[in-house]
Amino acid sequence: MSVLLIAEHNNKELKPFTLNAANAASQIDADVHAVIVGQNCGDASKALSELPIIKKVIQVEAPYYENFVAENFSPVIVKLAENYSHIVCSANTFGKNLMPRIAAALDTSQISDITKVISPDTFLRPIYAGNAFATVKSKDPKKCVTIRPTSFDPCESSGGSAPIEKAEPSGEFGQTKFIKREEVKSDRPELGTARVVVSGGRGMQSGDNFKLITSLADKLNAAIGASRAAVDAGYISNDHQVGQTGKVVVPDLYIAVGISGAIQHLAGMKESKVIVAINKDGEAPIFSVADYGLEADLFEALPQFLEELNKLNTIQK
Amino acid sequence: MKILVAVKRVIDYNVQVRVKEDNTGVVTDNVKMSTNPPDDNAIEEAVKIKEAGKATEVIAVSVGEEKAQETVRKALAVGADRGILIKADGILEPLAVSKLLQKIVEKEKPDLVFMGKQAIDDDCNQTGQMLSALLNWPQATFASKIEVKDKSLEVTREIDEGLETIEINVPAIVTCDLRLNEPRYASLPNIMKAKKKPIEQINASDLGVDTSPRIEQTKVEEPPKRKAGIKVSSVAELVQKLKNEAKVI
Repeated sequence: MSVLLIAEHNNKELKPFTLNAANAASQIDADVHAVIVGQNCGDASKALSELPIIKKVIQVEAPYYENFVAENFSPVIVKLAENYSHIVCSANTFGKNLMPRIAAALDTSQISDITKVISPDTFLRPIYAGNAFATVKSKDPKKCVTIRPTSFDPCESSGGSAPIEKAEPSGEFGQTKFIKREEVKSDRPELGTARVVVSGGRGMQSGDNFKLITSLADKLNAAIGASRAAVDAGYISNDHQVGQTGKVVVPDLYIAVGISGAIQHLAGMKESKVIVAINKDGEAPIFSVADYGLEADLFEALPQFLEELNKLNTIQK
Repeated sequence: MKILVAVKRVIDYNVQVRVKEDNTGVVTDNVKMSTNPPDDNAIEEAVKIKEAGKATEVIAVSVGEEKAQETVRKALAVGADRGILIKADGILEPLAVSKLLQKIVEKEKPDLVFMGKQAIDDDCNQTGQMLSALLNWPQATFASKIEVKDKSLEVTREIDEGLETIEINVPAIVTCDLRLNEPRYASLPNIMKAKKKPIEQINASDLGVDTSPRIEQTKVEEPPKRKAGIKVSSVAELVQKLKNEAKVI
């Protein structure tokens, strides 16, 4: 039994969640190999080989792998899968797009978005947007599993020296053409991985008022989140959305400002370690998940919050 | 072009889901059921493409128990031309559903298959990609914009890093994001008209597909409860608690 981890990368560097997925893979079995499919991805392969958890790296390169098209990736991974009991990848948009294609080709019923490895064939996963958790046991001989990265700690990133083997590419699919990728660039921590997230909701009342959220986020080196209501109202772009239909975040500190706490929003943030809610409606459902609730007008509370933070000698980064 | 749209009947998204006391699943008796939300976007997009003169027929298909007919009927009420219900009881995994849909695709020969990116009950996010693999068709998942060209689609996809644009040749599969469009409501006259539109019923067992589960769901539990928090009376108290008690700032 050994596990094949599909590395997520941008051809230069590993994506951070590959480390979380590697940790999850190692909880299934200690014999973890990683496959990296890309073009001119030698540096990322090297970084992968330095993860002490990884015993072997398989590198596959071709020009048509440059943009991570699932239709091109799937055949080469299906071929490599012969030698493995488990195929593992992060359950982010890369893995969600790719893994079911591999699973169907292997005639395997995929297990998506696990939050815990119970045994090599049994896993815990959220259903109904985290309103219930199912323990599921796979009866398939080969298992395809995607992992929720925020539920696993990242593995060590240095000290290892796994051998890097090259494998043959398996040809281009041809019916899918990559055109462009527009990445949202920001100096802030990424929403999915930030230690602190400050989120605004419909209570912000306008896009302009989000500058209050921005100031607080600047002070705390936080990512900026938003509820679906704030996104739908056009206060902020949808890549900030936290919730069932947006991003699931698990920061050390989540500050919800002017967010009532709809089920869909709670599903995206209620696993955060410490939750703060600031809302003038004392009955808002957000208070039921908050460790610290402040019933106050956010337009008074946020400037005060900044003032209080300014009084502190140090703020964790 | 002919568009097949797959729709799923799920617990309504506004319902607070409850776990059964015996931990075998969630309570579905006397619970409001609706169309899986992103499947509504899939139907809307297909109907819009037909209204723009770029598609000739929209077929709605659902897989599930007899009552899933209501979900197909709702799709007909917002503009689908006819419906198909593949009747099957019990738990159906995405792999089984995609194999059943493959049979319908082989029979109906659509140019496009649309469906929601994910069902809000099992949250698997697999069926579209699996169907695409079984048919060896291109896939565009998490679509937030679709432009129909002559023999292809240009699709904008929502990815973690931002947006990605790809071009896929037809026949193809598209899984739809909630931001693709604003689904319309069915008008009363259209609801009445939909009652006359045909829904073909097919037994899953007649399609020659093994749908038996490969995954055993051994237990369903409530999520871990957060311990009750406290209300603070001022911002100063909040900051002190965060600094000295929670130690997160």
